[in-house]
Amino acid sequence: MHPALSVLFLTTLIGAGQGLFLALFTVDVYAALALLPHPQDSFYAGGNALALVLLGLGLVASFFHLGHPERGWRAIARWRTSWLSREVIVLPAFMGAVFAYGAGHYLGMTTPLFTLGGVLSVDPTLLVGALAMVLCFILFLCTGMIYACIKFLQEWATPLTPINFLLLGSASGFTLAAAYAAAGGTPVAGFLGGWAIVLTLFGLATRGASLIRNARLKHKSSLQTAIGVRHPRIAQKAQGAMGGSFNTREFFHGSPERRVAQTQWAFVVLAFLAPAGLLAAGLAGGGAVLLAVAFLVQYLGLMVERWHFFAQARHPQNLYYQAVA
Amino acid sequence: MTQLALVIDLNVCVGCHACVTSCKEWNTSGQAGYLSDDNPYGADPTGCFFNRVQTFEVGEYPKTQTVHFPKSCLHCEDPPCVPVCPTGASHKRAEDGIVLVDYDKCIGCKYCSWACPYGARELDEHQKVMKKCTLCVDRIYDQSLPPDRRKPACVLACPTNARLFGDVHDPDSEVSLAIREEGGYQLMPEWGTNPANHYLPRRRTEMRIREEELVRADNPLKVDGKLPKPRLSEPSLDDVTSW
Repeated sequence: MHPALSVLFLTTLIGAGQGLFLALFTVDVYAALALLPHPQDSFYAGGNALALVLLGLGLVASFFHLGHPERGWRAIARWRTSWLSREVIVLPAFMGAVFAYGAGHYLGMTTPLFTLGGVLSVDPTLLVGALAMVLCFILFLCTGMIYACIKFLQEWATPLTPINFLLLGSASGFTLAAAYAAAGGTPVAGFLGGWAIVLTLFGLATRGASLIRNARLKHKSSLQTAIGVRHPRIAQKAQGAMGGSFNTREFFHGSPERRVAQTQWAFVVLAFLAPAGLLAAGLAGGGAVLLAVAFLVQYLGLMVERWHFFAQARHPQNLYYQAVA
Repeated sequence: MTQLALVIDLNVCVGCHACVTSCKEWNTSGQAGYLSDDNPYGADPTGCFFNRVQTFEVGEYPKTQTVHFPKSCLHCEDPPCVPVCPTGASHKRAEDGIVLVDYDKCIGCKYCSWACPYGARELDEHQKVMKKCTLCVDRIYDQSLPPDRRKPACVLACPTNARLFGDVHDPDSEVSLAIREEGGYQLMPEWGTNPANHYLPRRRTEMRIREEELVRADNPLKVDGKLPKPRLSEPSLDDVTSW
């Protein structure tokens, strides 16, 4: 598949935004359970504003993917069948919940309403945050299922796809949250950085699992099933047009196969190993700058990862477009 | 229910591209707007087509067969491109099974083209909407045309009659008969899309002449001319009896 820059930015930016929100909400719940010191409300307000910026940029990037952005509102119509439609509904809903959650903290609406089980003091922001968390997980599911539901794109049609979107987005968001907390001197940077390392390594495990799976993948479609001729030797001589077409542009990444293999190792280092090392160094005393570098490296790595995600997927229609003439 | 479809006879197709040009001519002149082309006479021509004729070589020289393979939307009975459309622009008509795109609702997200394993959909790079074969829905119901012209443009154009058009759910239709009697098959059956369009396989057409058909076994002396007329009471052979 052709990796479109708009989709690379969309999925990585909203992934980081969702992860950042999850990190903030995790801190909130831990603090409500008195497992962490209570950060100031401005920490949540600023963090949620940052998450909203990332989500907003992702939303803007998505419009560049559309031929008719002005008709984008129509995309909410088929939520019963289309994961893309569901994503279009859940993303703004999630952004609204994040805004409400951040605004609640900004306005200091943190007077406990009731206490659950004698330990968890629930305030209005925590309720809104819980709703946002549910929407966040649904959004990860929608984004992943857009790719995983196309069964003949066998590289994508696996439960690992939504799991990877969840873990990789969360990892980058927690890394950003750690850098943000350290920059503001909030004493939860160690907690967030620790979880960022854990999520990054979990992401490496599941993304590695999908790489191993895809390396062993046997494609069901072949030139024989594509044209229905049972002969082991079939070669295309003409594809019906001397120049290119939509089919030759949209479904081929247009790079040498060598580069696809190279990017695989590049993103294993950039998205997982290097950020994990930088996070560890940052937490060991390197400070906010190292944590910020960790996020930037990881974000770049996830862009490369998403490029590879598209480039590796072999669409069966490519069987019909193997030779120009 | 009606399911209109094409049946394409690969045994007859000569790869002349008449269906391609006829399709393009009809569909670029319709009320849905033109099918855009870029650099038609330049170095890197490209354009939006509903129908392509591709060529495959089967086997290894000198034992090769050239297969010309016309390829357009197959109007699947379970089209994977339809449920993924977020706007409902891509739809399958209940009354005749044609899969269509509403160009006024399409947002050009290309998701349906990802969800088609056959690559049957092409984005119009100028109108920025997804386009595909409509089975000439704007002419097959046109009451102003004589009934025998109410067929897709590609079918009317085909000089070798390699393209048949009809209702594959009607067991007595020409297309159902061809599928049944001549081994019609679907493309990529492994994905369960159940394409309505079918292809008829290549068949070897050769005359089988046996030795005794060249040499008359009932004329051992090789005498040409009229054989003696047997009596009525005698057993007779074909070719020989004259009454």
